[in-house]
Amino acid sequence: MNDKAKSSNKGILPGILKGLATTAKTAVKPVHTHEYPDVAPDLPPRSRGVIALLEENCTSCMLCARECPDWCIYIDSHKETIPASTEGGRERQRNVLDDFSIDFSLCMYCGICIEVCPFDALFWSPQFEYAETDIRDLLHDKDRLGGWMESVPPPPALDERSAEPAEVAAANKPARAPREPSAAREPREPRAPREPRTPREPRGPRAAEGPEA
Amino acid sequence: MSVLEVVVRSVAVLAAFLVFPLLVGQTEHKVMAHMQGRLGPMYAGGFHGWAQLVADGVKFAQKEDITPRAADRTIFRIAPFVALVPYLLAMAALPLQRGVVAVDVPASALLVLAATSVGALGTLMAGWASANKYALLGALRSAAQLVSYELPLVLAVASACLAAGTLRLSGVVEAWSPWWLLWQLPGAIVFLVAALAELQRPPFDMPIADAELVMGPWTEYTGLRFAFFLLAEYAGIVVFSLLFAVLYLGGWRGPLDDHIGWVWTLLKGFVIAILVIWFRVAWPRMREDQLQRMAWLFLLPLALIQLGLTGIGVVMTR
Repeated sequence: MNDKAKSSNKGILPGILKGLATTAKTAVKPVHTHEYPDVAPDLPPRSRGVIALLEENCTSCMLCARECPDWCIYIDSHKETIPASTEGGRERQRNVLDDFSIDFSLCMYCGICIEVCPFDALFWSPQFEYAETDIRDLLHDKDRLGGWMESVPPPPALDERSAEPAEVAAANKPARAPREPSAAREPREPRAPREPRTPREPRGPRAAEGPEA
Repeated sequence: MSVLEVVVRSVAVLAAFLVFPLLVGQTEHKVMAHMQGRLGPMYAGGFHGWAQLVADGVKFAQKEDITPRAADRTIFRIAPFVALVPYLLAMAALPLQRGVVAVDVPASALLVLAATSVGALGTLMAGWASANKYALLGALRSAAQLVSYELPLVLAVASACLAAGTLRLSGVVEAWSPWWLLWQLPGAIVFLVAALAELQRPPFDMPIADAELVMGPWTEYTGLRFAFFLLAEYAGIVVFSLLFAVLYLGGWRGPLDDHIGWVWTLLKGFVIAILVIWFRVAWPRMREDQLQRMAWLFLLPLALIQLGLTGIGVVMTR
């Protein structure tokens, strides 16, 4: 028997007792198990469960569909003409959403669509219980996506001493003072004519290769 | 003893044989789970999964009973019963209270030891008859282990019987006095360790070692026959725990032992069973050479020292 084995044999009794103590301590501590189907898990508000659609905010701009890495968002819309609100005014056109579907069998939950939406029409919801037995049922249409809106939690509070949200900062900004008319009207001094640029030397093949290699 | 009395006693032993192992099994489920930071079974039966083992039994009964083509059919099929029935016999000889024992034989300590040794034969038969290399390896390991640990076990029991001056288990309890806890302590340790090895439970589960031998001698078994092996294991825990309580903890001795003596016996046995479960959770499996080293270089000398100590004590006090 070499020295190493001897030293490990020496410590065998404390190790054995330590094992007993550890298991006994764990046995009297409360367990960490969440009994999931009976007790809903308390997920953090930023959990990526499902994507919810707030249809009123959507302008069918297609940014989400174009940014989606999986191409799993399908949007159909048509234009409607709104008659002028005042006499002799111009008729306006607006997009009306016909179909907005997300195929969750393709979605990889990257959240780019939510990030990219300029109108706050898409939100993360922590709801995750929408497994299906048929993969085709994972294509959620706009009604089903709209239904998820109820489960969207309010946004978490800002951290202490963080910057004001952009909306609040914009609202609090003092109104612009109207410009003085005289200053605006004053004609500028004419600029000095620019000297023509000397044309660059054409790049040699070696220089062009440089950064690539 | 009338026929009716024989029937009543047999039924009582059979009922105990079917209930106590399940109780120990359920305790193991829950205690082990909590020791590992889990909850264990929670659904079967409604309240904290109390019916889990009943559900398991129903599942086992539904499964197909397969005998491998190359197996030695007869031996393969009777092996589970050879493993199971001896523990039934051993349980019948364990005294619960003064005068309360199913079969009061003069040398019941000897009977219990002999019966439990036969139980190990079932494992060997199962491994040999399975025609499976893992089963065979497991059976050989099992045989080597049982041969090594039988000796310290017998010596430890012999020491207790020598101290009591009788081979009758109820006589051992009558002769027991609290200072045995100190006097017979080495023997008690030897008995507990050797009983663990005899039961082939962790940390002595080298023959079964599911990480390397699939399930050892039980590899080829399915359905009810497999369930019988499991039942035999838990019945073995019950038998050895009660035997430990009877030999070293004074069995039914305690307050009001004329009325509730059986409660003391069962309670002491249950504490030992929990200890067996605790060891399983806390300790890793021992290697084959460590097993043999422990049996021959630690337990056997300790058992012999205990025997000498008991002999000196008996001679000095009489």
